[in-house]
Amino acid sequence: MNAPSSALPSRWERFRDSYLLYSFKRDIVAQISLMVFIALVAVAVLAPWLSPMNPYDLAQIDILSSELPPFWVDGSDAEYLLGTDAQGRDMLSTILYGARVSLMIGFGAVALQALIGVCFGLLAGYLGGRIDAFLMRLADIQLSFSTLMVAIIVGALVKAIFGGETFSAYAVPLLILIIGLAEWPQYARTVRASVLAEKNKEYVDAARVMGLRSKRIMFRHILPNTLSPIFVISTVQIANAIISEAALSFLGLGMPETHPSLGSLIKAGFDYIQSGSWWITLIPGAVLIVLVLSINLLGDWLRDVMNPRLYKG
Amino acid sequence: MALLEVNHLDVRFALRLGEVHALRDVNFTLERGERLGIVGESGAGKSVAAFSLLNLIAKPGFIAGGEVRFDGKQLNSMSERALRKVRGNRISMIFQDPMMTLNPVLSIGEQMLECLKAHRRISSKEARAIALDKLRQVQIPSPETRLDQYPHELSGGMRQRIIIAIALLLDPDIIIADEPTTALDVTIQAEIMALLLELCEKYNVGLILITHDLGVVSQVTQRMLVMYAGRVIEQGPTREIINDPQHPYTQGLINALPQMATPGEKLNQIRGSMPSLSNLPSGCAFHPRCDFIKRADGTQRPACTQQVPEFVTSGNCKVACHMVAELLDKEANDEARLKETNP
Repeated sequence: MNAPSSALPSRWERFRDSYLLYSFKRDIVAQISLMVFIALVAVAVLAPWLSPMNPYDLAQIDILSSELPPFWVDGSDAEYLLGTDAQGRDMLSTILYGARVSLMIGFGAVALQALIGVCFGLLAGYLGGRIDAFLMRLADIQLSFSTLMVAIIVGALVKAIFGGETFSAYAVPLLILIIGLAEWPQYARTVRASVLAEKNKEYVDAARVMGLRSKRIMFRHILPNTLSPIFVISTVQIANAIISEAALSFLGLGMPETHPSLGSLIKAGFDYIQSGSWWITLIPGAVLIVLVLSINLLGDWLRDVMNPRLYKG
Repeated sequence: MALLEVNHLDVRFALRLGEVHALRDVNFTLERGERLGIVGESGAGKSVAAFSLLNLIAKPGFIAGGEVRFDGKQLNSMSERALRKVRGNRISMIFQDPMMTLNPVLSIGEQMLECLKAHRRISSKEARAIALDKLRQVQIPSPETRLDQYPHELSGGMRQRIIIAIALLLDPDIIIADEPTTALDVTIQAEIMALLLELCEKYNVGLILITHDLGVVSQVTQRMLVMYAGRVIEQGPTREIINDPQHPYTQGLINALPQMATPGEKLNQIRGSMPSLSNLPSGCAFHPRCDFIKRADGTQRPACTQQVPEFVTSGNCKVACHMVAELLDKEANDEARLKETNP
């Protein structure tokens, strides 16, 4: 055996030579999606510094300048690039802040789903037997409630018990909780399926023979081997969570209009679409579509990369 | 008292079709530093035997009877917690396929350190030093770099060396090696076997070598068991069994070795294949494939198809075969008669 002549590649070099980067460089759709996604996230995160006004600050809102059209339409005001809504709030600012709320709920809900789903999936898959049956039936039951139903029940309960004020104040964590609880079975099922495949591999036997605890085998040995499907469904789930939140807000069960997300902006504008103020609803709608589309396209690419059986050509 | 004692071990699998008897009445002992071979075809129960030693048979398998005693303590009635202290620490195991045994997403170092830290309270620095030391013992070049590498970056032989290093990490009393060289190139097989033998001798580690390679068994082990359809059919000192096999199955195995065949001729295989464990033939499980169910004079030996053979002692070996039992009886009778006639 020869001693290796070169030193080990660093983390960066490994990444540079990886298939992930190789395929990314050759996929123009993935590149554009990533750019759009990063741009949207960046402006959403930087909203307080980028936006011309603070839409939450009532002192900055002038009702006289309400329903102004965007700059390319006659009668626009140069101060409001994308026009204003019915309350005179600058559309650009509300969209930036709205995207921020939407993304926050999307990521938060997916983090919660992943946390519950991964733990349950690992336990069900690894321990099997009654625990498996119990957790998976729980997942079936959860899946038979639609997200909307869960949201309506929880929302109604919270509003009834604590009042609408409290609901508005805690809308973001509540929506994260609702969407997170409604969708965890997706993760649990995917993780369980991967764990069942991994569990019979020899490295798991080897870990047991080493005398490691079940918890350690599950989280340290099996979990890292199931990460690729988790990543792939995460992209789909983030897109889904953002859409769910928008749908809930559109129905009036989500973010209040004083603290709007993209969905509640669409809803707020919907009432004015008949009076010709289409921009109030269509521009946030377009932003929502672009955001979700970019995430979905990224997820598509990621699925192709992570699943060797889907290699093209 | 022997370090490891297996008494009347009986393992079953509760399958939908009914219970399958994977091991029946397996008995053996292993002294400190002794090397024992377990030989048999695929499905004879060799690996089940290995896993049942550590009480690690996967469901639906379970130990239905008998006991495994290690260092005076009964392993199969121990708590899971106490068992974990034995596994990897005092008895470690080497598997067949080094690609599958190492976790593909953890670096070599992480896997070694984890094993150490599961059993000892030591700092990462100390653990790393022990890991490096073991890697040197298995003659891995530039061990420092290896620690940060992942299994896919190493060759098969190198990976098996690392697995041996992991097996040695905690200075165990016994290593169970389940077909440790089957997945390797022939040239590397010899290297790995020599290394394993050398390390076991050097540190006085007991070795249970599970294999179907009689050549390896004869070179490495002092005693051996031959298994067929879940039973031990012959056991004793390796040299005696290899030189003078008593059981027709053992004879068949040795005859089937490529070096026993005449060049240009077919290999001497044992006709037929091993019966399914769920549907064993009556009497001696080997009788449908055995050439000796008729006596030399052509008469039937009914016991072969009707009765499970008991062990008889022949020299230092124990054999479970009606034919051998009959021959031994005859010899004893002849001797007795000789004594009677010429006192």
